[in-house]
Amino acid sequence: MKLNNTLIALLISTSLLTACSDDKKPISAADSVRTGVGSVNGASTNGLNNAGGMNAQGLAGMNGMGEGSGEYNDPNSPQAKVIYFMIDSSDVQPDFVPVVNAHAQYLVANPSIHIILEGNSDERGSREYNVALGEQRARSVANMMKAQGVSDSQLQTVSYGEEKPAAMGNDESAWEQNRRVEIVYVR
Amino acid sequence: MNFFKLICICVMLGFSISNSHAELTIEITEGVESALPLAVVPFAAQSMPVDIRNIINADLERSGYFKMMAEQGMPSRPSTPAEVDFNSWKGVGQNYLTIGRVTNNGGQYSVEFQLFDVYKSEQLLGYQINSSAADLRKTAHTISDMIFEKLTGKKGVFSGRIAYITSNSLGNKKWTYQLQVADADGVNPQTIATSNEPIMSPSWSPDGRQMAYVSFERKRAAIYVQTLATGARTRVAEFAGINGAPAWSPDSTRLALTLSKDGSPDIYVLNLATRALTKITNSLAIDTEPTWSPDGNNIVFTSGRGGKPQLYMASSQGGNEQRITFTGDYNARASFSPDGKYLAMVHGNGNNYRIGVMDMASRAINVLTSGPTDESPSFAPNGTMILYASRKGGAGFLSAVSLDGKMQQKLVFNSGEVREPAWSPVP
Repeated sequence: MKLNNTLIALLISTSLLTACSDDKKPISAADSVRTGVGSVNGASTNGLNNAGGMNAQGLAGMNGMGEGSGEYNDPNSPQAKVIYFMIDSSDVQPDFVPVVNAHAQYLVANPSIHIILEGNSDERGSREYNVALGEQRARSVANMMKAQGVSDSQLQTVSYGEEKPAAMGNDESAWEQNRRVEIVYVR
Repeated sequence: MNFFKLICICVMLGFSISNSHAELTIEITEGVESALPLAVVPFAAQSMPVDIRNIINADLERSGYFKMMAEQGMPSRPSTPAEVDFNSWKGVGQNYLTIGRVTNNGGQYSVEFQLFDVYKSEQLLGYQINSSAADLRKTAHTISDMIFEKLTGKKGVFSGRIAYITSNSLGNKKWTYQLQVADADGVNPQTIATSNEPIMSPSWSPDGRQMAYVSFERKRAAIYVQTLATGARTRVAEFAGINGAPAWSPDSTRLALTLSKDGSPDIYVLNLATRALTKITNSLAIDTEPTWSPDGNNIVFTSGRGGKPQLYMASSQGGNEQRITFTGDYNARASFSPDGKYLAMVHGNGNNYRIGVMDMASRAINVLTSGPTDESPSFAPNGTMILYASRKGGAGFLSAVSLDGKMQQKLVFNSGEVREPAWSPVP
């Protein structure tokens, strides 16, 4: 259940390529890596070919979004803004620790910048319990960031539970995209 | 007479907020075998803005208790007792017969009806009701309630209302959310709150005049209490973190709710007059989804303290916590029956989430629905049916199931997703 190193490298390098507005839709690079995770999990037969294909798709998506300028048009601004979680869990998986750390370092270096951590869940189970689960995820990311010196005042958390799905559908491929914390930079 | 008072109250409660074109239609997917044969003859009238007979017929049919006679098979169309030939109704297998007539006195309508026992050839009910044109639909539902109660011994719920949440995609991962209130037959849906951020967890006040709900309209969770007749509302909770799952105390003075201002989500009771908060639970795990026992003494809630979500009960003053569900790996979002004898819940095993009902005396859980994504159970005010939300093929819809699981209805909404149904506590 590990991202391979190639994919992590991909995630981080793609992250640095272009800036993104603070719109909270998950950026395609993260989505493409996520799909990559699926293929790695699903079967060992899918290797680099698949990952390569996903990457191309991700980049096309990013270009298509035509990200504008703004204070986050910064080559150092980390672009992977979505942290994904396992079922019923609020633990940040090792694969996503570098992503959280990159944001934390950026925030420590830029103490005037604020973020909102938006917790989300998949659709299974009851709605208010899912709000609570989403909040635990957001808090878990916040706590990691604080441990690295990010100030309390730079962080805000909110949980939408299952009310704002990133992917529609009633299967694991949709659910795994919905169990997430989105990192939203506030202007 | 109580009955006329009831009609006045219905009129005064009329919502005056925007109408929506989206409507619910209701399909019966499973009925009871012992349904009673009942004929409702078209009411005699010169002209009528709504078809009263059809509304009554649909209400009673939807209840599952009656096998309604189609108009085509009727031996005659009596509208007065003198015109009724009981033998002819026996001949077509009917146990009960309803007739009626409507007269229009310059815009004010007089609706008269009678209910007969065909085999005893006797009248069981007979009333005259004055109604404005705008209230004829309500009058029809009131007649359905009277017939239902006379023949089943249970209060009718046809003149009640249901609240629910709808969402529509605006594309680009953006949504619009509405809190709507419709008649119990899905007609007359009215949007009472709308936002491009989630709206959740509608909860009726026990008198049916106010609604508490969660709105993220300020990009954070807050709980609002809205008066239905005027649309006026108050923000009663907006603490850091979760402000969720509001539930009215039976005496209407307090809201149980979920707050995470001190860390993990816990159950609190908010006094609406003084705004004083009492913390009821204090675990490190998730505690949420409180619901009051009808006597006001206890609060049942969902807790993850044992690893998986299960139902627990605490005193509504705090303390005396005990786990009450032990079968199934997921038991959540409890809702008491009005008499406190049953507790409906989301009962999950693996990826299958169904509606279960616990007998509070024996603590046995009876699973009523087939899943796999059933949620948000809400009892009808007479305790006979449970309304809940389902999802199939990506579309959310509402369903209702009888307490014994034998009768099922599907409420089909003609646009968007519909979920989190809440049946108004009093008709």
